[in-house]
Amino acid sequence: MNENLEIQADGLTKSYGGVRVLNGVGLRVPAGTVFALLGPNGAGKTTIVRILATLTAPEGGTARVAGHDVVAECGAVRRRISLTGQYAAIDELQTGRENLEMMGRLRRLRKRAARARATELLERFDLTEAADRRVSGYSGGMRRRLDLAAGLVGTPKVIFLDEPTTALDPRSRQAMWDVVTDMADSGVTVFLTTQYLDEADRLADTIAVLDRGRIVAEGSARELKQRVGGARLDLQTTDVAAFDEVIWALGDRAVQFDRAALTLGVATEDSAARARALFDEIDPDGTLIARFELRTASLDDVFLSLTGGHVHEPVPVPESEIAHV
Amino acid sequence: MSDYASPPLVVRAFRLALRNVDGMMTALILPVILMLMFVYLFGGAITTGTRYVDYVVPGVLLVCIGFGSGTTAVTVANDLAGGIIDRFRSMDVRGEALISGHVVASVARNLVSAALVIAVAFAIGFHPHADPGHWLMAAGILGLFVLALSWLAAAIGIVARSPEAAQGIAFLVSFVPYVSSAFVPVRTMPAALRTVANNQPATAVIDTIRASLSGGHVGADAWHAVVWSLAIIVVSIALSGVLFRRRAG
Repeated sequence: MNENLEIQADGLTKSYGGVRVLNGVGLRVPAGTVFALLGPNGAGKTTIVRILATLTAPEGGTARVAGHDVVAECGAVRRRISLTGQYAAIDELQTGRENLEMMGRLRRLRKRAARARATELLERFDLTEAADRRVSGYSGGMRRRLDLAAGLVGTPKVIFLDEPTTALDPRSRQAMWDVVTDMADSGVTVFLTTQYLDEADRLADTIAVLDRGRIVAEGSARELKQRVGGARLDLQTTDVAAFDEVIWALGDRAVQFDRAALTLGVATEDSAARARALFDEIDPDGTLIARFELRTASLDDVFLSLTGGHVHEPVPVPESEIAHV
Repeated sequence: MSDYASPPLVVRAFRLALRNVDGMMTALILPVILMLMFVYLFGGAITTGTRYVDYVVPGVLLVCIGFGSGTTAVTVANDLAGGIIDRFRSMDVRGEALISGHVVASVARNLVSAALVIAVAFAIGFHPHADPGHWLMAAGILGLFVLALSWLAAAIGIVARSPEAAQGIAFLVSFVPYVSSAFVPVRTMPAALRTVANNQPATAVIDTIRASLSGGHVGADAWHAVVWSLAIIVVSIALSGVLFRRRAG
């Protein structure tokens, strides 16, 4: 295999009930990095995770994880990965410690080793105090932490996390981020899915944006942001007529607009000269723009422009029709 | 993971069974209630040619085992409905190992129920005429049938799309023993029911146990009971394997 790729997928396709959910997905994840698959609900994120974690076979395409084919050598893959899905995969009726010891035994650790590993993970995930209580009494954040800990019992090389922070409160979310950062520092490869841009931005070395079963962009957070110019200039015009004039002048450089609020966003670069040139071009007399704000492009901007939130040809409504609105 | 036996999964199944309040109530309270109910509530009105408590013990045994196995169907369905099945599969745990853990726990729990039925029966005047050989025969036939119903329950748990559905199907199945020689002699039934009763496993098992415990001649019923039980086991295990792979795929 070339250059130590821990996950490599090519041309993955999958349909459910005649509906194509994956449309030729290819991925490359180098060992020891954090990869985030970003996409809206229904984009196909979970399907990709299930294929890579050997739970579902792809219809077309191939995938290798930790050096083994996910279909032909699924046993070898399973011994090297862990999956933490969207639904807690732990027993409500067992205590935290019992759950972890069981996972250790299933990973073929001896009794004492399983016990030691459980104690270590409970400590690391701040669950020592709750260790001997049944999971049914745990909070959502505690459950998620235990779930993640359960995935780490066998010291996997590749960890799949399907929406690890969905439905968590901000503190638990922060704690989860710390855990993922820790895992990445320890050298394992982390593959996570998320619908939160800040999460991908914060955790991932590489982000792939998935939309309707297709990867529409891939790169570091920085590279993706540069695709929309690196900076966003948010403008507010003096009135509706000024708005129409400005948006007409901007054409498809406007990445977002709201006519009622008289605001629009322009992708640009983070330099005074560029901003000044832009003002000179669209508002030479200095009468149309009331306010402006220059800020660094967020992944939201990338996301919107890549997944269909983008305004390609903003066509202002002709003056004659405005009166009727 | 070895195919059919996984100690951690057996331990798990026992823990889940012991901590399942509904399941333990079914296992521990139902035997007492049913035994008392049939003997004192209905027993006076039913003529079987023997003392009713002596007649009814095998029937109560089977009904309790039927309900007890229903608990197993729900437990298996719960496992398949939750996220844990994906984790087990991604850990290369075989479905057979997971299911057989539940079957082992189911057999143990049902045998406890059965012992409880016998204990209550003795307390209210049960007077068997069985020598150790007869007892062994009764226990063997019962144990085999417990194993059969536990596997059947596991298969039901896999077929059902949800724990609720599993509960429903298991509930219906647990009525099968009623249409047998469990509580009334088959000859008192209308012709259609008599045909069903005479040709279903519960009657063969009950008649074998009843004959053993009364110290009588067992006859061909024992073979019918064994064949029925083995058939249920083989079909359920095969079905479980196929359905499990289909459900989980």
